[in-house]
Amino acid sequence: MASKVIHALYTDDDILLQAVKKVRDERYHIEEIYTPFPVHGLEKAMGLADTRIAITSFIYGVIGLIVSVVLMDFIMIQDWPQDIGGKPSFSYMANMPAFVPIMFELTVFFAAHLMVITFYMRSKLWPFKKAENPDVRTTDDHFLMEVDASNQDENKLSEFMKNTGAVEIKLIDKNEDH
Amino acid sequence: MASHYEAPIRRPLVTGSKSYHDVTVDVAAPVEGKANKSWWIVFSIAMAAFLWGIGCIVYTISTGIGTWGLNKTVNWAWDITNFVWWVGIGHAGTLISAVLLLFRQKWRMGINRSAEAMTIFSVIQAALFPIIHMGRPWLAYWVVPIPNQFGSLWVNFNSPLLWDVFAISTYLSVSLVFWWTGLLPDFAMIRDRAVTPFKKKIYGILSFGWSGRAKDWQRFEEVSLVLAGLATPLVLSVHTIVSFDFATSIVPGWHTTIFPPYFVAGAVFSGFAMVNTLLIIMRKVSNLEDYITVQHIELMNIVIMITGSIVGVAYITELFVAWYSGVEYEQYAFLNRATGPYWWAYWAMMTCNVFSPQFMWFPKLRRSIMFSFFISIVVNIGMWFERFVIIVTSIHRDYLPSSWSMFQPTFVDTGTFIGTIGFFFVLFLLYARNFPVIAQAEVKTILKSSGDNYKSLRAKHGDDEKHYGEKVAFSTKNKNN
Repeated sequence: MASKVIHALYTDDDILLQAVKKVRDERYHIEEIYTPFPVHGLEKAMGLADTRIAITSFIYGVIGLIVSVVLMDFIMIQDWPQDIGGKPSFSYMANMPAFVPIMFELTVFFAAHLMVITFYMRSKLWPFKKAENPDVRTTDDHFLMEVDASNQDENKLSEFMKNTGAVEIKLIDKNEDH
Repeated sequence: MASHYEAPIRRPLVTGSKSYHDVTVDVAAPVEGKANKSWWIVFSIAMAAFLWGIGCIVYTISTGIGTWGLNKTVNWAWDITNFVWWVGIGHAGTLISAVLLLFRQKWRMGINRSAEAMTIFSVIQAALFPIIHMGRPWLAYWVVPIPNQFGSLWVNFNSPLLWDVFAISTYLSVSLVFWWTGLLPDFAMIRDRAVTPFKKKIYGILSFGWSGRAKDWQRFEEVSLVLAGLATPLVLSVHTIVSFDFATSIVPGWHTTIFPPYFVAGAVFSGFAMVNTLLIIMRKVSNLEDYITVQHIELMNIVIMITGSIVGVAYITELFVAWYSGVEYEQYAFLNRATGPYWWAYWAMMTCNVFSPQFMWFPKLRRSIMFSFFISIVVNIGMWFERFVIIVTSIHRDYLPSSWSMFQPTFVDTGTFIGTIGFFFVLFLLYARNFPVIAQAEVKTILKSSGDNYKSLRAKHGDDEKHYGEKVAFSTKNKNN
């Protein structure tokens, strides 16, 4: 963890994007960026890896489908087979058309809910979680870039950040145990 | 910047020369302000209706469903009519937020939050009816597949009523997390503006500690897209399965393969009408006319017009198929609908659902706010009659003429229905005062492409003009709060 960081505040997403490019060209390290809304192209400019959350959703969906098949096979075919309307429950395949709606619903149920739970866990979002945006204006109209300032000439870095269009520069000493 | 380009022919979705901060202020205003007198009046009326409904429900459960107007022939009437009506209304929210997201329709951003709220609140009303109808609602958990030792037997997975249980609960819960995930950044905005510690605490809890990191936003957008992809077939499946309640039976008038698409179109139709009803009022009282513009209302009217016409085609197809089938019971069911003792319900349905949306072909009418509001009410009434017609007219004259009868609702039937309307409005009114009713984070993403100030900037200075700096500052209002 960087012990010293610079918080540079911007008021425009286009200026922020240009600033990200400049900062990375100068080989400074961007720790984090807080924005009030998703800025298109920001993750590319920052060099963030693609999220794999959609893949997890697919896996959860497959699990949901399997669960629904196993559940209905056990209940309707194995445990208590009945002859409903002259259609005896001897095989899952033969009775499958009636099971399609619930196979579909449980697939969606698992894929959606487990993906959202994964998202909340990965992004550390839950009730009573304390917000971590360093400036309250970052949910309004300010964009905050946190740049690693340890082992850097602070004045030079501040000056550089100002030139990228930042409206406010703050040097933060991150004392781990305060 | 070219990335903000939008064809000049497209009308702005955000008017009033807004800056990012203006969007924040405008969306937070209803939450931060105090409720006025008219809010309290409407809330009191809704609350009274809700309490009356609770009374009727308590009476029903303590005495039995003999308190309803049901008889041996018409053994399914207002309960299921109201259920299907509310579920149908609940279709617009997810349609707007999911289907329109997949189709990249930016105009959904002004209305999706409220449409989703409406969806959740109306599905709650819908879910009440089957539970009341059970007679012993404390045994409602018997509909979930629990082992035999608990109840009598396993649930029957061949039954469309059980499919409904799964469809409605999946729909309600997925809509809820979709809605809430979208709310997180907006709750965070209100949290960060809150002045009292109590408010900060409450919105802090509601926002799940949302901080708006770049990685969070990346995941947020991916999750929204995948949820939209999942919710799109889901929303179509829900009313399809509701229609199976009827279509898989062998009652003439219900035993129809056209039901699934016909019900889905009808659901979207009634849902958009309810969105129009609510938002036409909300945009006025909450001063959101710059975000929910006449264009939004016009586009919703076009959806109403198209889905209303689809429903019309379905009505006529039903008549044709009944005649063409050569089955006299089927033929009689439809003849009886149109000319029997319930002719007035049938023709009310036809007038409200097929005839009235055709006015929306005229641009002048579909851009008129008063007229849109009027039609939205008409459509809501018409869609209630559609369900009533399908349900009651199909069963009130069965195969045995000596058991033919009519349905007479009791005060408990009407009271329960009024109660759900009250409950719905109680929830919606509380929502309108305490939740960010516009997805402000999303609206901010389209401000530069679709805000009127930025559009006129491009018109004046060309598409390559910067979207920041002095020229922009002149065109956006600067509010100092």
